Amino acid sequence: MERKTKVEAENGKQEIIITRAFELPVELLFKAYSEPEIVEQWMGTKVLKLESRKHGSYQFETSDPNGNVMFRANGAIHEFIPDQKITRTFEMENTPFAVQLEFLEFEKLTENTSRLVMQIVYKSVELRDQMLKMPFAQGLNMAHNRLQEVGDQLK
Amino acid sequence: MILRRDVFQAIADPTRRAILILVASQSMTAGAIAANFDTARPTVSKHLQILTECELLLQQQNGREVYYEINAKKMKEVADFIEPFRNMWDDRFNKLEAIMKNYKPEK
Repeated sequence: MERKTKVEAENGKQEIIITRAFELPVELLFKAYSEPEIVEQWMGTKVLKLESRKHGSYQFETSDPNGNVMFRANGAIHEFIPDQKITRTFEMENTPFAVQLEFLEFEKLTENTSRLVMQIVYKSVELRDQMLKMPFAQGLNMAHNRLQEVGDQLK
Repeated sequence: MILRRDVFQAIADPTRRAILILVASQSMTAGAIAANFDTARPTVSKHLQILTECELLLQQQNGREVYYEINAKKMKEVADFIEPFRNMWDDRFNKLEAIMKNYKPEK
Protein backbone atom coordinates (compact mmCIF):
# COMPACT_ATOMS: atom_id res chain seq x y z
CA MET A 1 0.00 0.00 0.00
CA GLU A 2 1.12 3.50 -0.82
CA ARG A 3 2.47 5.51 2.09
CA LYS A 4 0.47 8.67 2.32
CA THR A 5 2.02 10.13 5.43
CA LYS A 6 5.64 11.18 5.37
CA VAL A 7 7.74 12.10 8.41
CA GLU A 8 10.99 14.03 8.10
CA ALA A 9 13.20 14.37 11.16
CA GLU A 10 16.64 15.50 10.17
CA ASN A 11 19.42 14.55 12.55
CA GLY A 12 20.38 17.25 15.04
CA LYS A 13 17.41 19.49 14.21
CA GLN A 14 14.70 20.38 16.69
CA GLU A 15 11.78 19.99 14.31
CA ILE A 16 9.65 17.33 12.69
CA ILE A 17 7.86 17.81 9.38
CA ILE A 18 4.81 15.65 8.71
CA THR A 19 3.33 15.71 5.21
CA ARG A 20 0.13 14.05 4.13
CA ALA A 21 -1.95 14.10 0.94
CA PHE A 22 -5.71 13.72 1.36
CA GLU A 23 -8.43 12.67 -1.04
CA LEU A 24 -10.46 15.59 0.22
CA PRO A 25 -11.10 19.14 -0.96
CA VAL A 26 -8.97 21.53 1.09
CA GLU A 27 -12.14 23.05 2.64
CA LEU A 28 -13.11 19.71 4.18
CA LEU A 29 -9.57 19.06 5.38
CA PHE A 30 -9.50 22.44 7.06
CA LYS A 31 -12.92 21.85 8.62
CA ALA A 32 -11.56 18.71 10.28
CA TYR A 33 -9.18 20.98 12.17
CA SER A 34 -11.53 23.84 12.97
CA GLU A 35 -14.80 22.16 14.07
CA PRO A 36 -14.66 20.79 17.63
CA GLU A 37 -17.08 17.88 16.98
CA ILE A 38 -14.99 16.68 14.04
CA VAL A 39 -11.66 17.07 15.86
CA GLU A 40 -13.12 14.89 18.64
CA GLN A 41 -13.93 12.13 16.17
CA TRP A 42 -10.57 11.71 14.49
CA MET A 43 -8.30 12.68 17.38
CA GLY A 44 -10.24 10.41 19.74
CA THR A 45 -10.19 13.04 22.46
CA LYS A 46 -12.72 15.27 24.12
CA VAL A 47 -12.51 18.89 23.01
CA LEU A 48 -13.18 21.08 26.05
CA LYS A 49 -12.58 24.25 24.12
CA LEU A 50 -11.64 25.19 20.57
CA GLU A 51 -11.75 28.83 19.54
CA SER A 52 -10.86 28.68 15.87
CA ARG A 53 -9.60 32.23 15.40
CA LYS A 54 -6.51 34.36 15.81
CA HIS A 55 -5.70 34.72 19.54
CA GLY A 56 -8.12 31.89 20.32
CA SER A 57 -7.20 28.93 22.50
CA TYR A 58 -8.04 25.27 22.83
CA GLN A 59 -8.04 22.45 25.33
CA PHE A 60 -8.28 18.69 24.77
CA GLU A 61 -8.85 15.98 27.35
CA THR A 62 -8.80 12.18 27.14
CA SER A 63 -10.16 9.92 29.90
CA ASP A 64 -9.95 6.20 30.42
CA PRO A 65 -13.20 4.12 30.60
CA ASN A 66 -13.36 4.80 34.36
CA GLY A 67 -13.39 8.54 33.81
CA ASN A 68 -9.84 9.20 34.99
CA VAL A 69 -8.15 11.90 32.97
CA MET A 70 -5.18 10.35 31.15
CA PHE A 71 -4.18 13.20 28.94
CA ARG A 72 -4.85 16.90 28.78
CA ALA A 73 -3.39 19.34 26.31
CA ASN A 74 -3.89 23.00 25.52
CA GLY A 75 -2.57 25.70 23.29
CA ALA A 76 -3.04 29.15 21.82
CA ILE A 77 -3.82 29.90 18.19
CA HIS A 78 -1.57 32.54 16.69
CA GLU A 79 -2.69 32.47 13.10
CA PHE A 80 -5.93 31.21 11.63
CA ILE A 81 -6.44 31.65 7.90
CA PRO A 82 -9.32 29.45 6.63
CA ASP A 83 -8.31 26.77 4.12
CA GLN A 84 -4.67 27.88 4.30
CA LYS A 85 -2.96 28.06 7.61
CA ILE A 86 -3.06 27.48 11.36
CA THR A 87 -0.17 28.42 13.64
CA ARG A 88 -0.58 27.26 17.21
CA THR A 89 1.21 26.12 20.34
CA PHE A 90 0.65 22.70 21.87
CA GLU A 91 1.38 21.77 25.44
CA MET A 92 0.71 18.55 27.32
CA GLU A 93 -0.38 19.38 30.84
CA ASN A 94 1.26 17.79 33.89
CA THR A 95 4.19 16.44 31.92
CA PRO A 96 7.84 17.53 31.89
CA PHE A 97 7.57 18.26 28.15
CA ALA A 98 7.97 21.86 27.08
CA VAL A 99 5.44 23.58 24.84
CA GLN A 100 5.85 23.05 21.10
CA LEU A 101 5.09 25.30 18.16
CA GLU A 102 3.06 23.96 15.24
CA PHE A 103 2.80 25.41 11.75
CA LEU A 104 0.00 23.80 9.76
CA GLU A 105 -0.21 24.58 6.08
CA PHE A 106 -3.20 23.46 4.05
CA GLU A 107 -2.82 23.33 0.32
CA LYS A 108 -5.28 22.69 -2.48
CA LEU A 109 -3.90 20.16 -4.98
CA THR A 110 -6.97 19.60 -7.18
CA GLU A 111 -10.71 20.17 -6.63
CA ASN A 112 -10.86 16.96 -4.64
CA THR A 113 -7.39 16.54 -3.21
CA SER A 114 -5.31 18.52 -0.77
CA ARG A 115 -2.14 18.40 1.24
CA LEU A 116 -1.26 19.19 4.83
CA VAL A 117 2.27 20.10 5.87
CA MET A 118 2.75 20.17 9.62
CA GLN A 119 5.98 21.57 10.99
CA ILE A 120 6.47 20.99 14.71
CA VAL A 121 9.25 22.89 16.47
CA TYR A 122 10.52 21.66 19.87
CA LYS A 123 12.47 23.41 22.60
CA SER A 124 15.55 21.23 22.06
CA VAL A 125 16.93 18.47 19.86
CA GLU A 126 16.76 16.09 22.85
CA LEU A 127 13.08 16.79 23.39
CA ARG A 128 12.37 16.32 19.69
CA ASP A 129 14.10 12.95 19.73
CA GLN A 130 12.21 11.95 22.84
CA MET A 131 8.84 12.81 21.29
CA LEU A 132 9.78 10.99 18.11
CA LYS A 133 10.65 7.84 20.02
CA MET A 134 7.58 7.89 22.21
CA PRO A 135 5.33 5.71 20.03
CA PHE A 136 8.26 3.32 19.57
CA ALA A 137 8.80 3.17 23.32
CA GLN A 138 5.06 2.69 23.91
CA GLY A 139 5.13 -0.15 21.40
CA LEU A 140 7.96 -1.75 23.33
CA ASN A 141 6.13 -1.26 26.61
CA MET A 142 2.93 -2.71 25.22
CA ALA A 143 4.79 -5.74 23.93
CA HIS A 144 6.42 -6.02 27.33
CA ASN A 145 3.09 -5.73 29.16
CA ARG A 146 1.51 -8.37 26.93
CA LEU A 147 4.41 -10.63 27.73
CA GLN A 148 3.86 -9.91 31.41
CA GLU A 149 0.13 -10.75 31.11
CA VAL A 150 0.87 -14.04 29.40
CA GLY A 151 3.44 -14.77 32.11
CA ASP A 152 0.94 -13.96 34.85
CA GLN A 153 -1.60 -16.34 33.34
CA LEU A 154 0.92 -19.15 33.43
CA LYS A 155 1.49 -18.72 37.16
CA MET B 1 11.87 -6.10 38.99
CA ILE B 2 12.94 -7.28 35.59
CA LEU B 3 16.05 -5.60 34.28
CA ARG B 4 15.34 -4.64 30.74
CA ARG B 5 17.96 -3.48 28.28
CA ASP B 6 16.60 -0.70 26.15
CA VAL B 7 18.27 -0.33 22.75
CA PHE B 8 17.93 3.43 22.99
CA GLN B 9 19.64 3.42 26.33
CA ALA B 10 22.31 1.31 24.68
CA ILE B 11 22.95 3.68 21.80
CA ALA B 12 22.64 6.80 23.96
CA ASP B 13 26.21 6.26 25.19
CA PRO B 14 28.92 7.76 22.94
CA THR B 15 31.43 4.96 23.61
CA ARG B 16 28.87 2.32 22.70
CA ARG B 17 28.02 4.18 19.51
CA ALA B 18 31.74 4.32 18.69
CA ILE B 19 32.00 0.56 19.29
CA LEU B 20 29.08 -0.08 16.91
CA ILE B 21 30.68 2.06 14.22
CA LEU B 22 34.00 0.27 14.71
CA VAL B 23 32.52 -3.22 14.56
CA ALA B 24 30.27 -2.32 11.62
CA SER B 25 33.26 -2.43 9.26
CA GLN B 26 34.61 -5.81 10.47
CA SER B 27 34.05 -8.29 13.28
CA MET B 28 36.61 -7.91 16.05
CA THR B 29 37.71 -9.49 19.33
CA ALA B 30 37.12 -7.67 22.60
CA GLY B 31 40.85 -6.99 22.85
CA ALA B 32 41.02 -5.42 19.40
CA ILE B 33 38.00 -3.26 20.19
CA ALA B 34 39.45 -2.16 23.54
CA ALA B 35 42.72 -1.20 21.84
CA ASN B 36 40.80 1.58 20.07
CA PHE B 37 39.75 3.23 23.32
CA ASP B 38 41.54 4.94 26.16
CA THR B 39 38.95 3.57 28.58
CA ALA B 40 39.86 0.70 30.88
CA ARG B 41 39.39 -2.78 29.49
CA PRO B 42 36.66 -3.79 32.00
CA THR B 43 34.68 -0.69 31.00
CA VAL B 44 34.83 -1.72 27.34
CA SER B 45 33.80 -5.26 28.35
CA LYS B 46 30.78 -3.83 30.17
CA HIS B 47 29.80 -1.87 27.06
CA LEU B 48 30.16 -5.01 24.92
CA GLN B 49 28.01 -6.90 27.37
CA ILE B 50 25.25 -4.29 27.19
CA LEU B 51 25.38 -4.19 23.38
CA THR B 52 25.24 -7.99 23.26
CA GLU B 53 22.36 -8.17 25.74
CA CYS B 54 20.22 -5.86 23.64
CA GLU B 55 21.26 -7.83 20.56
CA LEU B 56 22.97 -5.02 18.71
CA LEU B 57 26.12 -7.15 18.73
CA LEU B 58 26.43 -10.89 18.17
CA GLN B 59 29.19 -13.09 19.53
CA GLN B 60 30.91 -15.47 17.13
CA GLN B 61 33.19 -18.18 18.47
CA ASN B 62 36.23 -18.62 16.24
CA GLY B 63 38.63 -21.17 17.69
CA ARG B 64 39.67 -19.77 21.06
CA GLU B 65 38.67 -16.23 20.19
CA VAL B 66 35.28 -14.60 20.52
CA TYR B 67 34.54 -12.14 17.75
CA TYR B 68 31.91 -9.43 18.00
CA GLU B 69 29.89 -8.60 14.93
CA ILE B 70 27.10 -6.19 14.25
CA ASN B 71 23.54 -7.54 14.21
CA ALA B 72 22.28 -5.88 11.04
CA LYS B 73 18.68 -6.94 11.65
CA LYS B 74 18.54 -5.30 15.07
CA MET B 75 20.33 -2.20 13.81
CA LYS B 76 17.71 -1.84 11.11
CA GLU B 77 14.99 -2.01 13.75
CA VAL B 78 16.62 0.89 15.57
CA ALA B 79 17.01 2.83 12.35
CA ASP B 80 13.29 2.35 11.75
CA PHE B 81 12.31 3.72 15.14
CA ILE B 82 10.52 6.60 13.39
CA GLU B 83 8.09 4.12 11.85
CA PRO B 84 5.74 3.83 14.88
CA PHE B 85 5.58 7.65 15.02
CA ARG B 86 4.70 7.76 11.32
CA ASN B 87 2.09 5.02 11.81
CA MET B 88 0.47 6.95 14.64
CA TRP B 89 -0.03 9.99 12.39
CA ASP B 90 -1.00 7.85 9.41
CA ASP B 91 -3.77 6.19 11.48
CA ARG B 92 -5.03 9.57 12.67
CA PHE B 93 -5.05 11.02 9.16
CA ASN B 94 -6.74 7.92 7.70
CA LYS B 95 -9.48 8.39 10.26
CA LEU B 96 -9.77 12.09 9.44
CA GLU B 97 -10.04 11.25 5.74
CA ALA B 98 -12.69 8.57 6.29
CA ILE B 99 -14.78 10.88 8.49
CA MET B 100 -14.60 13.81 6.08
CA LYS B 101 -15.45 11.65 3.06
CA ASN B 102 -18.77 10.93 4.76
CA TYR B 103 -19.21 14.46 5.97
CA LYS B 104 -22.59 16.00 5.19
CA PRO B 105 -22.87 19.69 5.93
CA GLU B 106 -25.74 20.45 8.30
CA LYS B 107 -28.58 22.51 6.92
